[in-house]
Order: sequence, then structure tokens, then C-alpha cells
Amino acid sequence: MLKNLRRRVSGTTIAMWVIGAILLIVVIVGTVRTLLIGKYTGADWTDLIVYGISQGSIYALIALGYTMVYGILRMINFAHGDIFMAGAFIGYFVASYFDQTGFLEQNLVLSLIFVTLVAAFTAAAMAVVLERIAYRPLRRAPRLVPLITAIGASFFIEYAFLGLFGSGIKGYPEPEALKGRVSIFGVEILKTQLIVIVAAVVMLIALWYFVQRTKMGKAIQAVSEDKDAAALMGINVDRSIMITFLVGGALAGAAGVLYALLFRQVYFFMGFFPGLKAFTAAVLGGIGNIAGAMVGGLFLGIAESLFPNLVLDGLGIPAPYQLKDALAFFLLVLVLIFRPTGILGERLATKKA
Amino acid sequence: MKKSAFFVIAVLMIAAFVLAACPAATPAPATGGDTAATEATTGDTASTGGDTASTGGDTAASCECTDPVGCVTVGADDPVRVGWMMVVSGADATLGLDSKYGVEIAADDRGTIADHAIELVGEDDLCSAEGGQTAAQKMSADSKLTAVIGTSCSSAARAAIPVMCNAGVPMISASNTAPDLTAADRPADYWCYMRTAHNDLVQGAAMAEYAYGAGYRKAATVHDGSLYADQLQQVFADKFKELGGEIVAQEAVGPQDTDMKPMLTRVAAAGPDFLYYPIFVAAGGQVTKQAKEVPGLEGVQLAGADGIFSPDFLKAAGDAALGMNHSSPDFSAFGAEYPALLEKYEAKYNTKPLSAFHAHAYDAFNIIANGIEEVAQKCDDGSLVIGKQALRDAMISTKDFAGITGNLTCTETGDCADPKIAVYEVMNADPETWDPGATDTSNPMKIWP
Amino acid sequence: MKSASKFSWMTPVTTGLIGGVVALFLSLVGIVEASLGRYVITGILSMGQVFLLAVYAIFAVQAAQKATPEHGEKAPVYRTLACAAIAGLMISIVLALLVVVGEQIDLRGVFIHATPVLYDLLTFGLGVPQGIFVLLGFGLLMGILFGVLVLLPKALRKSIGVGLIAVPVLSVTYSALFAGRGLQLPVAIAVFVISAVAIFLWDRFEKPIRTRSQALPSGQQRTMRLGVWVLAGLFVLALPLLGSYPSEVLVITGIFVLMGLGLNIVVGYAGLLDLGYVAFFAIGAYVMAIFTSPEITWFPIHTSFWVALPFAVLTAMLAGAILGIPVLNMRGDYLAIVTLGFGEIIRLVALSDWLKPLIGGSNGITQIPKPTTFGLAFDNPQKLYYIVVIGCVIAAFIATRLKYSRLGRNWMAIREDEDVAQAMGIDLVRNKLLAFATGAALSGLAGAIFASKLTSIYPHSFNLLVSINVLAVIIVGGLGSIPGVIIGAVALVGLPELLREFAEYRLLVYGAVLVFMMLRRPEGLLPEARRKLELHEMSPDVAE
Repeated sequence: MLKNLRRRVSGTTIAMWVIGAILLIVVIVGTVRTLLIGKYTGADWTDLIVYGISQGSIYALIALGYTMVYGILRMINFAHGDIFMAGAFIGYFVASYFDQTGFLEQNLVLSLIFVTLVAAFTAAAMAVVLERIAYRPLRRAPRLVPLITAIGASFFIEYAFLGLFGSGIKGYPEPEALKGRVSIFGVEILKTQLIVIVAAVVMLIALWYFVQRTKMGKAIQAVSEDKDAAALMGINVDRSIMITFLVGGALAGAAGVLYALLFRQVYFFMGFFPGLKAFTAAVLGGIGNIAGAMVGGLFLGIAESLFPNLVLDGLGIPAPYQLKDALAFFLLVLVLIFRPTGILGERLATKKA
Repeated sequence: MKKSAFFVIAVLMIAAFVLAACPAATPAPATGGDTAATEATTGDTASTGGDTASTGGDTAASCECTDPVGCVTVGADDPVRVGWMMVVSGADATLGLDSKYGVEIAADDRGTIADHAIELVGEDDLCSAEGGQTAAQKMSADSKLTAVIGTSCSSAARAAIPVMCNAGVPMISASNTAPDLTAADRPADYWCYMRTAHNDLVQGAAMAEYAYGAGYRKAATVHDGSLYADQLQQVFADKFKELGGEIVAQEAVGPQDTDMKPMLTRVAAAGPDFLYYPIFVAAGGQVTKQAKEVPGLEGVQLAGADGIFSPDFLKAAGDAALGMNHSSPDFSAFGAEYPALLEKYEAKYNTKPLSAFHAHAYDAFNIIANGIEEVAQKCDDGSLVIGKQALRDAMISTKDFAGITGNLTCTETGDCADPKIAVYEVMNADPETWDPGATDTSNPMKIWP
Repeated sequence: MKSASKFSWMTPVTTGLIGGVVALFLSLVGIVEASLGRYVITGILSMGQVFLLAVYAIFAVQAAQKATPEHGEKAPVYRTLACAAIAGLMISIVLALLVVVGEQIDLRGVFIHATPVLYDLLTFGLGVPQGIFVLLGFGLLMGILFGVLVLLPKALRKSIGVGLIAVPVLSVTYSALFAGRGLQLPVAIAVFVISAVAIFLWDRFEKPIRTRSQALPSGQQRTMRLGVWVLAGLFVLALPLLGSYPSEVLVITGIFVLMGLGLNIVVGYAGLLDLGYVAFFAIGAYVMAIFTSPEITWFPIHTSFWVALPFAVLTAMLAGAILGIPVLNMRGDYLAIVTLGFGEIIRLVALSDWLKPLIGGSNGITQIPKPTTFGLAFDNPQKLYYIVVIGCVIAAFIATRLKYSRLGRNWMAIREDEDVAQAMGIDLVRNKLLAFATGAALSGLAGAIFASKLTSIYPHSFNLLVSINVLAVIIVGGLGSIPGVIIGAVALVGLPELLREFAEYRLLVYGAVLVFMMLRRPEGLLPEARRKLELHEMSPDVAE
């Protein structure tokens, strides 16, 4: 009986590996053919990778919020993308005020930091309020219930912003000092991209320090391991969860400002797709795992930037960038076939997920 | 408590609906009747309807509905009801809200239609076929509705038009541009439809002629997967090739994409000298800005269409918009009222125009209003009888109407836009300076023809 | 937690302040101003005013109830009234602050709806100094009125409360369905009186009637139940008489019921969280379009709706099984995101320039014929409704039979614990794939009907929001429960269609309602008996 069972399971595993292998071969064929055509120069490829890294760092920052909340509550906080939007939006009002008064051009660094702080604070406050109202009462409810409240909250936040601030696209001011490119190790890179990448790295390190080295961070880890045991150990579970939302929200708010630096536009719907992508990134890296969110974000960013050109072009598919999201999800499936718990996801392998 | 309250309200609701639905079957006004009775032909004053005994001898004849499709009767003290059907939620909300604002200003300006107040009613078309169909089902059930301005999106239009036409309610869109909607071989149940927006065939071709004439030979296009952009770039590409140019790349992005640089790198590798992306504000702003940041595209002429010919776009694109070309209706052909319209827009909604179709919507409203005034029969008691077929005929025979978007004359298949297309160049990226067509050099400046 | 708490005068103040913030939000978000033209009582009371009144009502009542602290002594009359009055006053103060500030500084640079029209409404058109006082006085008055309401005897209180709710609810539904413009004053009064009296009588006589009917011999009881079912059936069949727009809403609701029944099998029975359910909906729709639209020239067969229907369902079913294979080993949220990915992949590929020559890309496929039977065309929503009803009845039948079959029990075992299920000898692969395939088939059926209803389809129609909506439908209805799916679809698809009146605020309301419903009834509106039990077993845990 047991033997029979094992055989059957391995049968499906083999089937999946075959499917995975076929998909992988398609990817490789596309890549090789593109490279053989040689339409693009080496500089083109490095550019594409740099674009991918800067986009990926923003995904990573948003993904952290998803992954931290998931780690501690095992729930998908669908409204997280909208928290990100809220941060960027409030940041916009401060930034444009600075721009009008001329403070932005005079004290660029100071005002950027201030804008980021305001955005992070707003987003963090919203995340905490959201947790208090929409998630905390449902902590013992079936898992899908908070998912639905999260979706509801997401709609609510989006359309509240539409109603309060209008549907128009708001453009962040563009300080002169941030225009143009700089050269680093021979790679030409936009100044804004550099700032985004550096800021993201700094925040990731700070977060890592917070989670690994501080008492509060350890408490959060304990709660995500086992809520009841943590409570017995004298850890304030509610507070730990609140702090998780606070930190995740603050990172999303900061990511909102970085995003605005890079892409300038803010509008009420801007959080939805980055949110979705960040969630994908979190799963790709192994959800619940902070390093995984980083890896997943970067992987997704680079994949979106590079792979349509690299893979689809060689397969003769027209307008490949239209399919970049499809390709991103396709890669996600591919990765999960070979590693069903994501690139770095080991901890949550079975029961909890 | 809760259960019983719910139950009682539900029962009441059902009862009310049954009663409300009854008058359709039985002419006697039933309970719930005070409201139900104002519907349809039997007015509460019992003189407007064709079937009740007429009070005044000679005018009664002119008050009878002789229209083959039916009539809308507006009671003596009732307002004339005009509908809009636009996308006001979701990612495309700016498109619909902009047109809606245009309609509202037009209604304010007009004040009255045939000495009756104006009532605007609206539906969200969701910029999708299903949204358009539902909105149309709802609006077509309104027997007081004279005409509709909408839809925002061509996909919504295709589903909405047959429904509205079956109900005989004329429909005039301010932003549908798909050629098939007014093609010569359009389906018979599109008869009630017309538009003040430009047919893609006109605009795309105009841009191609300009580009080729200005010496560009290698063009690339980008669309965003919307019907509007896809068709416009295809018309452009076909015309450009026909003129002898070369299309080196036809790329596409998603409407919510933000990182365009990878796609633009790809375009750059194809080596175009002209980049045409007739898309919308969000993505259009990103393409414009990022085209300046991608090596190899610095010298390429950027061009968009009327979907991004708005101050909102300057906000979204920033300084990168400088020197960009746009195809758009010719503002020098625009009525002198346009600056006044802009002023009212800003005063009323406290924003620069959100998109480029508010003026078209303004004109669309006036075409309806003119049509109603032309065909409405005034009865003794002050009520109006408006023939549906007559209204549609009056609207579609609009000729030389001096609208804001130019001199409007409708073709037999409902293309009402002034066919004059101009190409503009952005001279100043500050949205505050946006004032096309005010003078020959105002920003953006007309450069073609 | 449960010890008697002492009363504090800060309670009504905070309650009022929260109410004030809510009122402020409603004002600034623009919903008040936007619904000024929508009358609840024609010419007298607009929806916008009702929103603000509702805020006063809710928070004044709450404050009055809180005058009696939990497990404390009953509050004296004056305190109840005072609490309600304070809450009402606080709401007015917040709104008054908005007006005062707004008159000084132009808030419109940030809040686009902080318009003079709004200030006018809030100050009763009296301008700043006088209007403010009136507003404050009004707040006090409203507070006291609702305080009095709380003090009334229970039966009376309930009657008046229900009557007050019934008027706007009926008015909105009526206006929405029949393009009306609110109720006339006498009608509104009649509605109020009738509903108040009805609820009063109902409470009086419900119990005796029920006990008497239960005392009837079982044969008569069965006849009665049969009678109720027949009546319900006739009622369902008679619904299209309401007109074309209500039928349209019913058809849309029905399509979501179909999808909900399918997804319920995947998520509710087998516990496989599928966020890409729209993929099969799209496949069903596209197969239908390819088979029937004359626009598709590369496909050799052009046939009618009825011939294409089984192909659409089968293709969707097959796709369900195929897409199920790669996710067999994934669990929980990994499964969710991968299925979400499938949904997006299908949409994006359908939209792409790559497949444009075959399925039209952004241009979609048009000229899909409507179904016809023996020369009878189902060309309007009233007729289409019957096709949808037949589909739903079949789907509900299948879902019910499956639930109590061996397969259904296997699914439930997998849902509860995969590892244990496998150890018990349940074939995971086969059962999971069957769940995916059955669910997909129903979605394909819904898609096929959707395509011929619209006569043209576009990739944009198959976005993620559809999957999310269906999921919300089955969870709000009660996961695993078949009547729940129907109630969920009515509540989340049918009612929002009625809320079309509120155009840009529809999704705002939808979001708020979603959160509210889940907080109030996490088990869903009509939960499956087993699940209800589970939740209640758990409930002592929550309380402590």
C-alpha cells in the first residue's frame, strides 16, 4: 500500500518535472536565438539589468510588508499595495508644497528625507489602523475571511483617495539635481535609480538588524513561530503584530516615495499592480521569509526588464513587453514547480502554508 | 430583530416592485402610483398623453406622438432628462470624469432646453463591454430619457449601442474613436449612434502624413492594449507605410506599466526617428519621460494623440514633454468659447482638464440640446413631446454647427467631428501655460498643417 | 474584561468625535454632495442628507446605549438623553470646524470636494455665523431625538427604527430599478407606516403562527413546505416581469452564481484557494466566440450557441485539469498566487499582439450571435434570464449531489488535512484534478453564456477583479454552502448593480460593506451547517 502510494506521488512529480523541463527548454531556446541574432549590444543588456534592479528594489520593499504580515498572521494583506499608494500620495502633497516654496531645490536632501518620513509615517499609521479595524477582530476566523476584508479595505482605500483627492494624475516635482546619469564602475545609471537602489539597501539592512538583533524583532519572530507559545512566554502578541504592520507600512510608505522619484506619477490606482507584483515577489522568494522577499523582488524586477527581450524576442513573439507580466507569472510557475515553496522558502514548507 | 426586520423589508420591497411593475400591464395607476404614474405616456395632468382625452382642440394634434419609434414626454414642470454613460471608476476614471465635467458645464451654460430645466443622469460604463451593456440596459429602461452622451470606450459602445438603439434613444459619444462604429457597413442596430470624437482613421492618417511630410522615414509605434491606441497606431502604421516610410517597430505595453525603459531600449535598437504612442496619460507620461533617459532615443521625435493632449499629461510627463508632437482636433478651428470653457472647468472642478474630451462632450451635449429644441412639440400645458426617431434624425443632420471643437457636420453614419486635424508641439512643459489655439504661438503651438 | 465598568462622560464625547470624523469623511469624499440630486423623498430629502442623518442616528444611538455601562446599572433618563445630545453636538462641531476652516483657507487644492456647495449644505444655506449655530443646534436636536428613540419601549423603538430604514432602502431600490426619482412624500409616509406596523405585527404574531404550524400533522406540514417551494419557484420564474433592467441585473447575478457554484467546489469543498478562476471563464467565453462568430475566419466550424456550448464547457474543463497539474504539490498561498498568475497569463496572452490575428487582441471578438431555439431568439435579458436559471439549477444540482457523494467526502477530507487524507488512501492527484476540472467546467459554462449575452468579448473583461469578486461571493455567502452562493451573489453582485446610481462611489461602498459583513458574520450569510459548528466551537476561545 505504502509502496503504491509512493510510486504514484513520484509519478506526478515526474510529470511535473517533465512539464517544467519543457518550459525551461522553451526559455533556453528563446534566449539562445535572441543572443545569436545579436540585435542588442552589451550596453543594452547592462542597461536592462540596471532597470530591473531599480524596479526590483521597489518590489522588494513592498514585498517586505507582505512577507512580514504573512509570516506573523498567515494572511495575504491585499490592501498593502494601497498603503504604499497612500504613502506616495501624502508624500506628494508635502513635496509639492516644498517645491512651491523653493525649499526643495535649496535643501534637497533634507526635504527628501522629510518627505520620506511623512510618507512612511502616514503609511504606517494607516497600516496600524487597518490592522486594528479590519484584521484584529478576525484573528481566529477561518483564513479566507481576513483575505476578504483585506480586499474590501483595498477597494475602500483606493476609492476614498479617489473621492478625497480626485482622479487626476499628480506629478512629483523633479529637482534639477536629480536629473541625468552618473557612471559607476563604468555602468551609466540614472541618479534616481542609484538613490532608489541605495535607499532600498539601507532600509533592508536596517530591517534585518531590527528583526534579528532587537528585542522587539525577536518577539515578532517568536510570534510568527507560534502565537500561543509566544504569549505564554510573556510576549505581547497584539503589540508584536501591531509593530509588524507598523514596520511593513513604513517601508511601503518609503517605497512609495522612492517609486515616485523614479516614476513621478501618483494616482489612486497606482498601488494595485505594484502590490500584486510585490506579492508575487514575496511568494517567489518564499513567503514569510525576509531575505526571500528581497531575492524575489530583485528576481522579478530583472525578469520583467530582461526576459521579454531575451526570451520572447527569440521565439518570434511581437511586442514582447506587453507580455512581461505574463512572463513574470510564467517564471513564477516554473520556479514553484521545481521549488514548491519559493526560492528561499524552507521554513514554512508544509503544514503552516 | 435583525432577521425579522430584514424579512419585512424584503417583503415590502417585493410588494412595491410588483406594484411598480404593474402599471406597464394595467393602465390604471396602482399604489406606489404617485411615482409610477409620472412615467410613460399618461401624465398626471392627463392631457399630454396621446390616449387620454385631449383638453385643447387644435394644439392637441401637434402633441400627439407620431414618431415611428416612440416619444419622450416631458411634463410641464419636469426637467428634460439627458444621460451620460462614461467610465467614472477604475483606472480609466479620468477619461470619463473629464467628459462628464464637459457635459455638466454644457448643461450649466445652456440652462434650459426648450424652456425646461435640464436633469443629468449618469451611468458608469466601466470602460468594458459588460459595463456598457448594463449601463445601457438601465438607461434604456428610463422612459423619460431623451438622449445619451457616451460611452467613454469603444468596447463599451459596441455592447451599449444595440440596446440603446432598440429603445430608440440617440447616443452620441465624445470619446469613442474605433472606426467600425461609424463605418458604412455598420450593423443596422447602430442607427441611433453618432460621435463628436475623431474617427481613428482620420487622426492616425493625419499624423502619418505630417510625419512623412516632416521628413521622418523610420517610425516606431507603441500601444497600450486599449482599442483606441491599438487602432490608432495601426492606422498610422498603414498610412505611413503607404506613403513610403518604414515602420521599424510596433511595440505594446500595459496601461498600468510604469517601467518603460526596457521596452524603449528595444525600440531604440530598431533605430527609429519618430516614435508615435497614441496612449493615455499615465503610461504616456512614463514613455515620454523615460524616452529621454534611454540611450539611443535622445534625438527621436516623440508624438502622441488626443488621448494625451491635455495639461494633465504635462503634469505627468514633466519637462520631458518639451518639443513633443500631438495630433489633435485643430484648435484654431475651435470656437472662441474654448478658453471660457477651460476657465469654467477649472473654477468648477478645481483642476486642469483631466483628459482631452471635455470639449467634445460639451459639443455632444449641445447637439442633443439643439436637436431637442428642433423637434420638441410644445403642448398647451407646457409639456414637451419629443419624437425619438425625429430627434436622432435632427441630431445626425447637424450641419455647420459652430461647436467648441470646430465646425461640426455629421455624416450619415454619425461621424460628427470636424475633420480638421492639426499637429501641435509642446513649447512649454508647465501645465499652467496650457492654452492651445488661443493665439498662433500659444502653448502648445500648432505646427501642421 | 467582563467586570462592571464605570460610566464616564468622555464616552459620548469620543463616540461623537468618531461620528464627526465619519461625517467629515463622507463630506470630503464627495458622496454627500454627489448624491444631493438623488432624492429619497422627491423634492424634500436627498440621499446626501440621508447619509449625514444616518451618521447622526448611528452615533447618537450608540452614545445613548453606552450611557448604560456594560453590566452596570441602567442609566437614568437624563443621562441617556444627555449622552445622545453630546454625541450629536460633537458631530456638528466637527462639521462646523470644516466649514469655518474651509471659509478661511481654500481646501480645494488638496480635497477636491471641499466646495462651496458642501459648505452651503452644512450651514443650511445660511452662511457662516448663523449657519454654524443652526448646525450646532441641529446636532443637539438630532441627538436628543435619537436619545428619545432609545428610551422608547422596545417594540415601538424597533417599529420606528425599521420604518426609518425602510424608506431610504425602498426609495433607492425603486429609483435604481425603475429609473425613478425618489418617492413622493405621501408614498414615503405610507412606506414608513406600513413597515413600522408590519414589523410590529410580525413580532406579535410570528411565534403563535410558527408554533401552530409546527403542531400541524406532518402530512400537512409537508404540503405546506411543498407549497412554499412551488411559490418560490414561481417567484423566481416570474422575476423578469420586473422589466429589462432588473432582468439584466438578474442575469449578471446568475452568471456569478454559476461561477460561485463552481469556485465553491474548488475552494469550499476541496479547500484549494484559486485566485485565477477567471481563466476558465475567459476560456469558455473565447471558445464560444470562436465557434460562433462569423468574424473568425480561420476556424472551420461556425455553429450555433447550443452546439458550441458543450465544447466551451469541455475545453474549460480540460484547461482546469491541465492547469491543475503544475500546482498539485503547492499549498495554500503558493497555490493562490500561481492560480492568480494563470488568470493573468490567459488575459495578457489573449490581449497580446502575438495572438491578435487569431482572437483579435484588444479588438476582441464581435458579432457573437445570441442563442436561438426553434427560431426563438434569446435576444433580451428577460429571455436570457431563463437560460441562466436553467444553468444555475443544473449547477446547483450537480454541486449538491457531489457534496454528499464519495468524491465530495474525499474533497472535504483533503480540505481538512491533506496528509491525513492521503494516508487514508485518498488519491490526492485524482481528486484535486477532478475538483479543478468540475469548477472550471461551471466557469466555462458561465463564460459561454456571458459571451453570447454581450455579443462581443474583450480581454479586459477577464481581469483579476472577476476572480476576486467570485471569491468574495462565496465567502460572504458562506464557504461551502450552496444557498450561500446565491445570497452572496445577490448581495455582492446584484445590489452593487443597484448602487450604480452612486457611480464613482460604488466601489467605495462595496469595499466598506465587504469589511463590515466579514466583521459581523465571519462565517458568511448562510453558512454551511458544519462550518457554523466549527466556528462556534471556537467561539469561547475568542471571547476569553
